Amino acid sequence: MSSATPAVVELQGCSKWFQRAGQRVLALNAVTAQVAQGRVTGLLGPDGAGKTTLMRLAASLFHPDQGEVQVLGLNSRTQGAQIQQLIGYMPQRFGLYEELTVQENLDLYAALQGLEPSRQRARQQELLALTALGPFGARRAGQLSGGMKQKLGLACALLRAPALLLLDEPTVGVDPISRRELWQIILGLRHQGLSVLVSTAYLDEAERCDDLLLLHQGQLLEHAPHPVLTAPLQGCCFLVTQPGLSRRLLQSRLRQRTGVLDATIQAEGVRVVCREPQALPQPPEQWMPIAPRFEDAFVVRLYQAQHSGAASEATPKATPKAIPSAVPSVSPPRPEPLTQPIQATGPTFSPEPVIEVHDLIRRFGEFVAVKGISFTVLRGQIFGLLGANGAGKTTTFNMLCGLLSPTAGTLRVAGEQLGRAAAQARRNIGYVAQKFSLYGHLSVLQNLAFFSALYGLRGAHKTARIQWALDEFELTPFALANSQDLPLGFKQRLALACALMHQPLILFLDEPTSGVDPLARRDFWKRINQLADSGVTVMITTHFMEEAEYCDQLVLMSLGEILAQGTPQSVRALAARPDQAQPSMEEAFITLIQQHESPLRRAS
Amino acid sequence: MLARIWALIIKEFLALLKDKASRVVLIGPPFIQLLVFGYAATFDLNQIPYAVYNEDAGAVGRTLVAYFEGSPTFHQTVFISHESQIAPSIDNQKVLLVLHVAPHFTQNILQHQSGQIQVLIDGRNSNTATIALNDVSAIINQFNQDWMAQYGWAAPPALPEIRAWYNPNLISRWFIVPGIVALLTLVVTLLVTGLSVAREREMGTLDQLLVSPLRPLEILLGKALPGFIIGLLEAGLISTLVVVWFHVPFTGSLLALILGIILFLWAAIGLGLMISSLANTQQQGLLGVFLFLVPAVILSGFSTPIANMPEPVQWLTFLNPMRYFLVIVRGVFLEGAGLALLWPQYWPLALLAVASMSTAHWRFRTHMG
Amino acid sequence: MITAQRLHALVRKEFLQILRDPSAIAIAFVLPVFLLFLFGYGVSLDAHHVPVAVVVEQPTQETNEFVAGLSQSTYFQIHPFTQLTAARAALMRHEVDGVLWLRSDFTRALLQQRTAPFGILVNGVDANTARLLEGYLQGVWQTWLQQRATRSGQILHLPATLENRIWFNPALRSRNYLVPGLIAVIMTLIGALLTALVVAREWERGTMEALMATPVSLLELLLGKLIPYFLLGMGGMALSVCMALWLFAVPLEGSLGLLILASALFLLVALGMGLLISTVARNQFVAGQIAIIVTFLPAFILSGFIFDIGSMPEPIQFMTHIVAARYFVALLQTLFLAGNVPEVILTNAAALLLMALIFFGLTWRQSRKRLD
Repeated sequence: MSSATPAVVELQGCSKWFQRAGQRVLALNAVTAQVAQGRVTGLLGPDGAGKTTLMRLAASLFHPDQGEVQVLGLNSRTQGAQIQQLIGYMPQRFGLYEELTVQENLDLYAALQGLEPSRQRARQQELLALTALGPFGARRAGQLSGGMKQKLGLACALLRAPALLLLDEPTVGVDPISRRELWQIILGLRHQGLSVLVSTAYLDEAERCDDLLLLHQGQLLEHAPHPVLTAPLQGCCFLVTQPGLSRRLLQSRLRQRTGVLDATIQAEGVRVVCREPQALPQPPEQWMPIAPRFEDAFVVRLYQAQHSGAASEATPKATPKAIPSAVPSVSPPRPEPLTQPIQATGPTFSPEPVIEVHDLIRRFGEFVAVKGISFTVLRGQIFGLLGANGAGKTTTFNMLCGLLSPTAGTLRVAGEQLGRAAAQARRNIGYVAQKFSLYGHLSVLQNLAFFSALYGLRGAHKTARIQWALDEFELTPFALANSQDLPLGFKQRLALACALMHQPLILFLDEPTSGVDPLARRDFWKRINQLADSGVTVMITTHFMEEAEYCDQLVLMSLGEILAQGTPQSVRALAARPDQAQPSMEEAFITLIQQHESPLRRAS
Repeated sequence: MLARIWALIIKEFLALLKDKASRVVLIGPPFIQLLVFGYAATFDLNQIPYAVYNEDAGAVGRTLVAYFEGSPTFHQTVFISHESQIAPSIDNQKVLLVLHVAPHFTQNILQHQSGQIQVLIDGRNSNTATIALNDVSAIINQFNQDWMAQYGWAAPPALPEIRAWYNPNLISRWFIVPGIVALLTLVVTLLVTGLSVAREREMGTLDQLLVSPLRPLEILLGKALPGFIIGLLEAGLISTLVVVWFHVPFTGSLLALILGIILFLWAAIGLGLMISSLANTQQQGLLGVFLFLVPAVILSGFSTPIANMPEPVQWLTFLNPMRYFLVIVRGVFLEGAGLALLWPQYWPLALLAVASMSTAHWRFRTHMG
Repeated sequence: MITAQRLHALVRKEFLQILRDPSAIAIAFVLPVFLLFLFGYGVSLDAHHVPVAVVVEQPTQETNEFVAGLSQSTYFQIHPFTQLTAARAALMRHEVDGVLWLRSDFTRALLQQRTAPFGILVNGVDANTARLLEGYLQGVWQTWLQQRATRSGQILHLPATLENRIWFNPALRSRNYLVPGLIAVIMTLIGALLTALVVAREWERGTMEALMATPVSLLELLLGKLIPYFLLGMGGMALSVCMALWLFAVPLEGSLGLLILASALFLLVALGMGLLISTVARNQFVAGQIAIIVTFLPAFILSGFIFDIGSMPEPIQFMTHIVAARYFVALLQTLFLAGNVPEVILTNAAALLLMALIFFGLTWRQSRKRLD
C-alpha cells in the first residue's frame, strides 16, 4: 500500500491468543500490516477488536504466538530492549502516577527514558508549552481533568523525542473539546516528522489519520488511507429530507428500501448509503448527494464481511459453549416483527408529561454538582442528557432514577416522587447501567428470570416474557451461556432485555452504546425508536454526539447548569455562526460549552 | 415480597457457586484450617527433648532416670557427661531441659534421706516450660509414691486426689477443636456477607437492585439468608467432623448447639452486613473483615483464656459474639450442657444479633446510593 | 543493567507515593502498633486470680492452715463453700475453675496420723489452664507439707526432691516470649502485604504497562520496589521493637546489631514473598487476600510462636520448615531472652537467607518485562 515510504512497524502474520475463563480466545488473527514512516496511522475498531493487543505487540510488551513483529527495523522478540529505547508509548488510562504532581511525573519518565539531566528542563518546558499544562506543574495528576491527564500522558511519552509514538485509545472518556486539542497536537507532531500509531473507537477520528488499519474481531478488514476507503462510496451517499415527516419515521422507511445499505439520522434529515451510486427517491422525499464518511465505509465493510462469510443471516448459529464471533444482526432489509407488546395499537397515547424536574439542586459537601435545573419530558419522547465530563449529567441522571436524593427542588417521575419510600413508583422505570452491569456468573436465562422475579412477574406471564426477550433480542442461542462470556453487543441486548421485562413506562439508559460496534449501535437505536413509538419514554446519556440526533429533545449541561435545551435542530441552531452556518452536533457542543466556560476559565 | 427475596437468594447462591474463586473460598480454607488447627494447635507436649546429667553412680538414680525413659512425654536427645555441656545444649535448643541427678542421690535415699534432683529448663517459651515442669514433677511424684510404698517410708500427712472434669486426660485438642467450629463459621459468614454488597457495587448491579421495587429490608434479607444457610451447613459439617474425625466427645444437647449456631450466625451476619454497608469496594470490605476478624478471634478465648487479659480488654470481649458462642460450643461438646445452663450466653448473642442487624438495616436505608 | 539515574527516579517516585498516599504508612506503622497492642495485651497465658472454690466441710485449725497457703498466692481468688454440691454447681456454671475439697474427716485423719486424702477438681475443658491450675494447687500442698514438717520439728522425707532452675525467663512471664514472637508474625503480614498491594496497584492502574514500555530494566523495577518498602518495613520493625522493650518490658539479652541484621534478613523474605504474590496476582484485591491467607495464619499457628513445633505430628512439623516466621521467631526469642547464641542464630539466619534467595529467584523467573 504505502510501499514508497519505509515502514516503522511491520507485522507479519501475527496471531495472539489469550486464556480467558479456561478458554483460548483469539485476540489477533494472522494480521499482516505496516505502519508507514512520518504518517499518522489510525487503528480503528470496536471494543474487543484487538487494538490494544496490536499496540502492545508494537511496544514489545507482548510477543506474538505466531508471526513476527519488526519495529523500526528491530525484531520485537529479540530486540525488545532496543525498541523500548526508541519508542514513546502511552497506554490506556495514560500510565500516570496519581499521587505525583505533573512535574514529578515528567521527572520520573525523563529519568526512566534516560534523558540527560542537562536537557531535561528545556525539553519539559517545551512539552508543557505544547500541552498548555505549564500553569499546573505543581498539581497532582489525580486532580487533573480527563483531558489534562491525557495531555500529560502524551507529554511523558514524548520526553525523549521518540522515533515512533504509540497511543492506545488516548481519547476514551475525554470530552470533545479535549479530543480536538489532542488531535491538534498529534497533527503538529506529524509535521515534525514523527510517526504515530493511534488506536481509537471513535470512527469520526479516522478522518484525521493518513492511513487506517481497520480491525474487527481480531482480523484486519482494511488497510488503506482514508480516501481510498471511501472512494467506492463516492456518489452513493445522500442526505434525505422530507418536510412534515419525523426523521425517525423517515429513517425506518428508508432502511427497508431495497438498495439502501445504511440509514442514520443526521442533521435535518436522514443519511443514506446506497448500494449503487444512484438516488432512490420516492416523492416527496428530497435526495441530496453528500460526501461519504469513514463510518459509511466501515459499516458497509462490516456488512459485507457479515455476508461474505458462511453465516448468511443475522442469527448467530452458536452453541453456548463456544461463544462465537459477535455477528450483530441489523440493517439487512427485512420485515421488522413488531413484537413490542407494550402498545401494540400504535401511537395512540397522549403526550402528557412523564418526568418533571423543577429547580433541582444537588450538593456534595461544598461542591454544587447540579445548580437548580428544570425540564419536562413528555411521554414517548427520547430525551438526551449531554455534557462534558463533570458537567453534572450523571448526578442528574442518578437523581432521576432514584439512586440519589436531591438536595432541593422537585422531581416527579411518572407522577410520583421517586424517593426511597416509593418502592412501588420504581415499578414504572427500567434501567440499563453503564457497561451493562449484569450478574456475570449467571446465565442469560438466569439473569432474565432474576429480573422478572424482582419486578414480581410470575407463572405463565413470567415464562412468556422470558420467551419474548429471548426471541426479540435473538438471545436463544446464548440462553445457557454465562452473561460475562457474551460479546459486548449481546451484553448490551441482554441488559436492555432485563430492563424491559416488566414493561416499564420509562427507560433510563446510561451511555448504552459505548464500546459497541456501529452495527450493534444501529440495531440498538432501531429498538429504542420502536419503544418510543409505542409510548415508552426514554431518558439517555451519551457521549457520541451524532447519537444526540436520535433524541426528540435534549439538554446540554455544563458545570451543573443547563446550557441549551430543545430539539437537536434548535440546539444546533443556537451555535450557528457566520463561519459555521450548519454546525454539526459536535461543533455545536464545543461552541456552546466554550462560550459558557470561557468567562469562568479566564476568571481562574 | 417472598417471591422477590427468594429470587435474590437464588441469585446469590448461583453467583457464589458458579464462580470458581468463591467456591474455593467457601470450601478450601475451612477444611485446610480445620486440619492444621486440629493437628498443629495443641499445647500438649510430647517427645520433650531432654538430657540427663547423672552424677550419681548408684542404682536409685538409674531407677529414677528409667521413669523418664519410659514416659512417652520425654525423649532423650543428648547425653551429657560433663557439667560444661549443659549450657550449650540448652542455649542451642538441642534440649528443653536437663535432668541433673545430684551426687550421693542413691546413698541419701538408701539412708532414708531426701535425694536431690535438679531440673534446668529453657524458659524462652514460658508456657512450654511450665507445662514441661508439671510433667517432670508428675513423674517425680510417681517415683516417690512407688518408692515410699515399696520400701515402707512413712506416708505424707495428706495426699491429693486429682480429678479433671469433662476432659479427664486434659487433652488440649478437645479444647481447641470445638472452638474451630466457631472460628470457621465466623470467617465464612463474614467473607460471604462482608464482601457481597461491595462486589455488587463494583459490578454496578447494586444500582440495578436499587432502582427496582425492592425495599432495603428485602435487599438485606436477600444478602443475609444465603450467608445464614451457608453458615449453617458449614457449622453442621465441621461439628460432624469434630466428632467423627477428631473423636471429641459430644455430650450435650443438640438442640442447645443448634440454637447457639443460629443466634451466633445472625450476630455474625449482622456484623458482616454492617461492614458491607460501610465498604465501597471489595478491598475495603476485605480490610474491614480482617480488622474485625483478628481482634474477634484473639479476644474470644479461642486460644488463650479471657480471664488472663487486663480488665479493660475483658470488657471489650463482651461485644464479641464469638466469646459467647465458644462457651456454648465447648459446653455442649464437653460439659454436657443444655439450654438452661447456657441461657447466660444466649441472650447477649441475641442482643448482639438484633443490634447489628438493625444497624445494618439503618445504614442500608439511609446511606445507599 | 542498572543505571543510577533510573533507579534513583524509581525510588524517589515510590517515596513520594508513600508520603502522599497514607495507606502504605498505615500498613507499615499503624497496623503493627494496633496488632502488637491487641496481641500483647490480649494474648496471655499467665493465669492470675483464678477463681477456686474451697470446700471446707468442718473448719478447724488444720484446715485453716491448709487454706492459708492458698489465699496468700496471687494465683487464686478464693470462693469459700461448706458443701461440695454447691461448689460443683459453681464449677458447672463456670463461676470457678477448680475446687479444693477438704472432707469432714480431714482433721481427724491428720490427728490420727493417717494419710488424709483431699480432693482437687478442675474444669478440664481448657486443658492448658487446667494443668496449670493442678500444678499450682499441688504446689500449695507441698508448701503446706514442708511448713507442717518444720513446725512439728520433724523432717519431711520424700525420696526425691525437685529443684527448678528456669533459664532466660525465671519468672516465666509469658509476655516475654509472646511479644518477640508476635513481632515475627506481624512483620510477616506487613512485609508481604506492603509489596503485594503496591505492585498490584501498579498493574491495576496501568502504570506498570507504561513503566515496562520505557527502557527501564527488570532488575531496576524490582529494586525500585524493594528498596523503599525495605526501609519502610525496617521502620515498622524498629517501632515494634521499641514497643517490646519499653511498653511490654521485654529484656533484650542479645546484641542490637544482630537483631537489626536478623530483621533485615527476615524482611527480605517477607518482601520477596509479597513480590511473588503480586507477580502472580495482578490485582490488589486478590493479592491482599492471598497475602493474608498465606502469611498470617501459618505464621500464627506454625511458627512455634505459641504452639510448640516439636509436639506437632511429623507431617505438620515438616510443613513448618517453609514458614519463614518459624526461623524469625526462633531468632527473636533467642536474641531477646537468651542472648547471642551462635548456633541458633547461624542456622536460622542461613534458613532465612535461603528462603529469600528462593523467593527472589522465583519472582525473577515469574516476571518478564512483558505483559503476557
